[in-house]
This record gives sequence, C-alpha cells and structure tokens, in this order.
Amino acid sequence: MTTTVEEASVRSSRDPRSRLYSGLPRWIYLPAVIGGLFVALPLVAMMLRMDWARFGVLIASPSSLAALTLSLQTSFTSMLVCLVLGVPMAMVLAREQFPGQRLVRSLVLLPLVLPPVVGGIALLFTFGRHGLAAPVMNLFGISVAFSTVAVVMAQTFVALPFLVVSLEGTLRSVGQRYELVAATLGARPSTVLRKVTLPLVLPGLASAAVLSFARALGEFGATITFAGSLQGVTRTLPLEIYLQSYTDTDAAIALSLVLMFVAVVVTVVTASISERSLA
Amino acid sequence: MSLAFRAAVAERGFDVELSLAPGEKVAVLGHNGAGKSTLLNILAGTLRPDSGTAVLGDRRLFDLGPRRRHWTLPHTRGIALLAQDPLLFPHLSVLENVAFGPRVAGTAPKQSQVRAEHWLDEVGVPELATRRPKQLSGGQAQRVAIARALAAEPRLLLLDEPMAALDVAVAPLLRRVLGRVLTDQATIMVTHDLLDALLLADRIVVLDQGRVAESGPTDEVLQHPKTRFTARIAGLNLIRGSFADGTVTDGHGLSVAGTLRDGVTATTGVRAAAVFAPSAVSIFREPPDGSPRNNLAVTVAELEPRGELVRVRADDHHGHFLAADVTLRSVADLDLYPGREVTYSVKATGVTIYPL
Repeated sequence: MTTTVEEASVRSSRDPRSRLYSGLPRWIYLPAVIGGLFVALPLVAMMLRMDWARFGVLIASPSSLAALTLSLQTSFTSMLVCLVLGVPMAMVLAREQFPGQRLVRSLVLLPLVLPPVVGGIALLFTFGRHGLAAPVMNLFGISVAFSTVAVVMAQTFVALPFLVVSLEGTLRSVGQRYELVAATLGARPSTVLRKVTLPLVLPGLASAAVLSFARALGEFGATITFAGSLQGVTRTLPLEIYLQSYTDTDAAIALSLVLMFVAVVVTVVTASISERSLA
Repeated sequence: MSLAFRAAVAERGFDVELSLAPGEKVAVLGHNGAGKSTLLNILAGTLRPDSGTAVLGDRRLFDLGPRRRHWTLPHTRGIALLAQDPLLFPHLSVLENVAFGPRVAGTAPKQSQVRAEHWLDEVGVPELATRRPKQLSGGQAQRVAIARALAAEPRLLLLDEPMAALDVAVAPLLRRVLGRVLTDQATIMVTHDLLDALLLADRIVVLDQGRVAESGPTDEVLQHPKTRFTARIAGLNLIRGSFADGTVTDGHGLSVAGTLRDGVTATTGVRAAAVFAPSAVSIFREPPDGSPRNNLAVTVAELEPRGELVRVRADDHHGHFLAADVTLRSVADLDLYPGREVTYSVKATGVTIYPL
C-alpha cells in the first residue's frame, strides 16, 4: 500500500507534464537566457565556421594525430595518478580529524583557483633542472622537465583537486555508518575500504575520475610552462590548437571541435552516472 | 561470554560499571543524554574513554588509565551492533549482506552462504535471499540486519533501539524473532520500550546522567522501581522520601500512607519509595471525608485517551506528575480539563512501600 503511494508520487514528480509552480519572477528568464546564449553561441559559431569537407583531413594530419594521441595518453595516465593519490587524500580529509585540517584542505584545493601558468612555474621551480627537488632527482638520474612525464605532472597538478573535492563530498554524504557496521561485523579497515566504502562511493568516484580526466585533457598553461611544446613529446591537443590558430585557423577549429566533442561526452557520462546513483 | 566493563568519559560526565553473565540479556534504559549511546560506542570501539577496563570472555577489550593504554579496534572485538536503521549494504544482495560477517572472518564462500541461509531461515525470511536491500520493507530489512549480525557469531550483541523505527504492527513480530534467536546470545539492548525489556531482557540497568541509577532483575525493577524514570517506564507513580509509621514523606512534605511490601521491614527515617498504579487512583472534585485514603490535591495537566480509559496526568505541586486511569464517563462527570484542580485519592492498601 505504502509502496504504491510512494511510486505514484515519484512518478508524478518526474512527469514533465505535471508542472509545479516554480515561484520565479518572470524577468529572471531574460538574464538566464542571455547567459545560456553567451555559452552556447561561440560553440555554434565554431561549428558554422568549420569547413566540414576538410574536417577529416585536418584532424588526420601527422601533427594533429600526434597531439591527439599524446593528449589521450597523458590525460588517462594523469587520471590514474589522480585516483591513486586523490582517493587516499579524499579519505583522509573526509574521515580523519587532525590539527590544521582546514589549512591542508585549502592548500590541496589551491590549484583550483591558481592560474595554471603559475602552477607550471611552481612545478618548474620544484621539479625542474634547478628546482628544489633537483639534487635528489639528479642523485637518481631523473630529469622530468620538458618530457612527457612533465606533461602528466602538470595535468595531475591541476586535475587532482577536482577529484579530491568531489570525492570528499561523496564520502561525507555517504557517511561512516555503513563502515562502522562492517567493522562490528569483523571487517578489518582495508576490507571495509574494499568491500564497503569504495563500492558505496563508486558512482561518485567514477564521475570524479571523469572530471579529472576532462580537466587534464584541457590543461594548457601549466603544461606549456613546465613541459614546453615538443611535437609528439609534450605538445598536447590544447597546445597544438593554440599553435595552429596562428598558422592554420581551420585546423585549429577542427581540433577544437574534437576537444568539444570529448567534453560533451564527458559531461553527459558524468551526468548520467550521478543521476543513476541518485535513483 | 561474560562481560566486565567500567569506563569513564569526563567530557560527558559518564562513569558506568556494568557486568554481564554468559548469555545474559540486559536492557539499558534512560533519558536522552543519560549515556546510553556513549556506553554502546565505547563497547563497539568507536569512542575511547578516558579511563576504564573491559574484559569480554577471555579477551581484554581495553585497559585505559595512568600508564595503561591498551585499546582494541572494533573489528577485533567480536561485538556486533544492530541499530535502529538496518543499514544493509545497498550494493550487496540480502544473502551477501548476511554472509558478510563469515566472509570477512575468512570462511569459505560456500560455507558462508550456507550459514547466511541458515540465519535468514531463523529470522523467517529465507525467500528474500536474492533481493536487494532497496526492495525490502522496514520490517524485512531489520530481520535481515538481525540475521547479518548473528551470522557474524558475535561474542556480544549490541542492540540500539532496534524496533524504534518500525511500524507498531511490525515491531511485535520482530520482538518475537529476537526473543527466539537471542536465547544464548549475550546482549545489551538500549530501549525506550517497556515491552522490549519485559520480553527480551533478564536484567534492567537504568542510566541517569552518565551513572547507573538502578539495576536488577527485570521484574523486580519494573514492579519496585527506585527512580522516577523507571517508574514512568513501568507506568507507576513513585514518591521517594523518608519512612515513618507506615508513611513515606518526601522533601516537600508530601505524605503517602501505604502497606509495606511483603517480607520487608523498614525502620523510621530510612529512605523509602511509595509506589501506586494509576488504576489505584480515584479522582474527586472535592476532598472526600472520613476514609483511610491518601488525598492529594493536584492540578490536571493532560488527558490521554487509551481505549476505554483516560490516562490523567496531574501536577501535585510537589514536583511530581502523577498518573491516574479513569473511565471516559468519569472524565465527563468530573468535567476534567487541563488546569482543573481535583483530588487524587488512593487507598493505603493500593500503595506499596519499600526501602530504597
């Protein structure tokens, strides 16, 4: 009896025909629509400007393909690094209480608001040839500046906070009660993490990972500062687009559309994941 | 499995000593903030007391104090917790939920499944094995949670108001299930419900402001409560004071005459309790004359219909709210309403007196 009533109310709230009173003043639609157009129009403009007949040729040029491959490889690697480092960071921030926690969280999230170029400079003076960590790295014969590794590092630097902040939120909203029950059933902390915490936050974790991938894919400032722009080594898609925009506008637009397509896919996937986890 | 427990948490004013015989079931009663959750949290291992010791069977759970820093983690204690909310893992099936305890203890999958099926059978829902927790009703989910807790074969089971979130129609069935499956299970249950204590517990412990206010066998505590909180749970009126000449007089000068409990003697001046049931009270508009009755001037505070009867709660101006059960007819005849001044009249034979 109760379930049917609940189901009915759920159905009606999703039924687009039964519209609820929103309580919004009518004038509010004007700025809202202007804002929407402001975001959408440039995308349309780009698509209109595109010479679609040459699209295939443009994105299949060796430099474009090299940039695209490099971008996908580095972004994926960076996403994995973000998972390996970011999941534990989010767990510690969400579950532990320690002095200076707020300060630590602010520092972790700093790259979110920091201009990426500044991040690149900071990385250069840390891991570059004459950076802070250089003596140690020279000891082991490691050099990362202007290499593909540097690209991954730059991308990870800017993408990590996205994963941490979104996963920390998920962890907090799931709460600790399931974990406590699992512990009282005899599960050791690592088992709780594997069999309870991670499965519970899986949808949030997936969308956080996708977000960090997207952020890594779009990374420009930190990459060009810290890793430079060597074709096939450090020249990722955004760098290629920037260079092409001076020489071959059509190629720049074609590649931009590719990035845009990836971004749309990412957004839709993330949205559907979070919607499914809500249901 | 026996338990010896003592712990203090200064910040919460908590200082409780508690012991459990093997297989014993203890109901812990108390107001909100009396320290019930603190007790459960310390036992479960999620709250570390400032000092104290606890030994469960042959295992030391903690030993904290000056230069003693022994503390065990929740998963090593063998103490399962069943809360108001069943908290079934939503990503696992019912069977996988129940098999969780055996699985993490290292039992083989096949055997774990057999044990899970056994416990689902015990709690009367074998047909739900393949369901997802989302597809269960509240009562079903709580049954599965019971099966899950017991399948872990805990040395001690903690119940935190396990029936509080259920429909009144479902709670009695679940209480019967618990009564059946907890036969030899050492259990500490926090509850607000007299029925839980009566049907499930061998012993009652009443907490008040972080201390044990009262403790004893269930029937004894409920029939002869020593604190007002317990009396209210047991549905009795209680007046505490000093004893003299068959009468208990409290600090405000309120006197109630009664009969001493069988087999009990009391000397003048000892602290004693006078207890009477709401059904022993008659209500009059004017104090009645010339009967060997206790007449108490009270102000009606609230009326609560209970079937044929009405439970009247009234302020006796001495700090008590006294309950009386009268018929609907009397409520109408006496024209009772909150604020009305009336007289509660109780025969001395209806009042039991015993020393505290």
